[in-house]
Amino acid sequence: MTTTTYDKAPESDLRRRGIRPGDVVFKGLAVVASLAAAALLALIAYKVLRLAWPAIQDFGLSFVWTNAWDPVKGQFGALIFVYGTVVTSLIALALATPISIAIALFLTEIAPKKVAAPIATMVELLAAIPSVVLGLWGILVFGPWVRDHLEPWLKDTLGFIPVFSGEPSQAGILPAALVLTIMVVPITSAICRELFLRVPRDLTDGALALGSTRWESIRGVMLSYAAPGIVAAVLLGLGRAFGEAIAVSQTIGNHNAIPTSWFEPGDSLGSKVASEYVGATSLEQASSILYLAAILMVISLVTNVVAQVVVVRFERARRAV
Amino acid sequence: MSVAPTTVDPYDITVRSNGLRRRRITERIFGSLAFLAALLACGILALVLGTLVYKGASQLSLDFFTKPRPLFGEKGGIADALVGTALIVGMAMLMAIPVAVLVAIYMAEYAGPRVSRGLRIVLDVLNGVPAIVVGVFVFGLLVVGHGQSAVYGAFALAILMLPMVARATQEILQVVPQSLRHASLALGVTKWRTTWNVILPAAIGGILTGVVIAVARIAGETAPLLFTSSIAANAVSVDIHGALPTLPVLIYVNSDSPDPGEQAAAWAAALVLIAFVLVMNILAKLFAGRKRRQLEGS
Repeated sequence: MTTTTYDKAPESDLRRRGIRPGDVVFKGLAVVASLAAAALLALIAYKVLRLAWPAIQDFGLSFVWTNAWDPVKGQFGALIFVYGTVVTSLIALALATPISIAIALFLTEIAPKKVAAPIATMVELLAAIPSVVLGLWGILVFGPWVRDHLEPWLKDTLGFIPVFSGEPSQAGILPAALVLTIMVVPITSAICRELFLRVPRDLTDGALALGSTRWESIRGVMLSYAAPGIVAAVLLGLGRAFGEAIAVSQTIGNHNAIPTSWFEPGDSLGSKVASEYVGATSLEQASSILYLAAILMVISLVTNVVAQVVVVRFERARRAV
Repeated sequence: MSVAPTTVDPYDITVRSNGLRRRRITERIFGSLAFLAALLACGILALVLGTLVYKGASQLSLDFFTKPRPLFGEKGGIADALVGTALIVGMAMLMAIPVAVLVAIYMAEYAGPRVSRGLRIVLDVLNGVPAIVVGVFVFGLLVVGHGQSAVYGAFALAILMLPMVARATQEILQVVPQSLRHASLALGVTKWRTTWNVILPAAIGGILTGVVIAVARIAGETAPLLFTSSIAANAVSVDIHGALPTLPVLIYVNSDSPDPGEQAAAWAAALVLIAFVLVMNILAKLFAGRKRRQLEGS
């Protein structure tokens, strides 16, 4: 610490009243910064809606469920991209949720500490891979593998379901959904791991003492105790999947139609915005793309706010216990 | 695996409970599946990293780091993108870190529990805004009418960085022992000097960890830069008022290219980017572990 010098100056009027200018200025700065952070969120929401406003007025709300994207004819609708976003994210969610919970359980309940620590670090590093790098791998390495091995196998075994029929392709709904799964798993499993660590030991120990196996104590006690938190973790992962533009844009194939099969190329909201950022040829098309961005923003804001509400409820309930 | 009656241990009371064999099998299956899931995640990490090294390492040379991107065909490097990324990330840090630390100080030292919780939710929701939406926002706010610029790119990245650093800082400030605050205040030190000279130095390890992780993340962000700093010349430039080339945009554009040479450049650039990201993350990890032990030990 620096040397303290005594303040020999006569006490100011402010100081006599117990008000220190330094404190006031510092607190003021902190308040302004906090207000700015809160205002930023509001400003983002306002500005993006404002940008989309011309298109919202032109096309109305029916834009959201209109199945068309034809810049030449001037027909625009969001359904193709809403479909792509929702379907890829839900596939990712369905695959990532059990995997994430299993990883979190392995790290907290099964693996000895010496094994768990490096694996936890590796899962964290998986989350640190930039999406553009994962997308590069997704389209040049993973996509061809999916086309040559995974999709033919799915077609042979589950081909009677329409979404698993059709021509295998390296870029499409399924490769994009799988890349999203890889991005979601580390996020969800990290949150689940923290949740499981916070489950009171006496509860699980009680179940074990009553003669249940480890799996039974996990299923009956741990998972039900942490259930609201798991829901929040899954929602946060879903928000991430909805919002991912780059890796999806690289792997989904960028095709302006709703594919009947998951092997075929499609497009998502974020991906469309990312890939046509400069390519818009008409004002109408540009504002339609901004409309897509606004839809994406609303979807992910709602998902995140719901997740936060679940978290707050969960914490309140836990305090009450 | 059948349990013959002769193997029953007379002292093991659980053997007589119903369906124990089935329960034990379930237990085994659960354990194996959990292990497989962890293995899968590690395997994919190894696969991605291995591919990057395999496809990218052969491109690396001194020229690759010191020469700008080629126009056509000729061999070149990524110097322009490295300089651009360094400048933009540096500016984003200058914009985000002071604000983020102030927000965290307000939450941890001044605000009541209600306000603090409200701000935490705001930051978490801000953290959940998709990067591409932040890009569109900065595009509409600044780029329209002014054109692309590295400063606007940095501003977009700073928006992504702000909630990450603020939350990390706020969490570490809460771990700083209350006794430190009391001791300082009892000596007559003003509150802001206590915060500045006692609490922040005690928490600096945790703050740096948060900063390092946030920098590693924004260095790889592509979406906000597409709108703010993507149309740039292939030359090393430090003119922050114009758009600058960056590593993520380079990888994004080249990954779409049918030209194997450009794909190879994308792999090498991705290897450089991920090496930076991994080193930052591992540093943060080592740093965080040591600093936290110190704090909790005091």
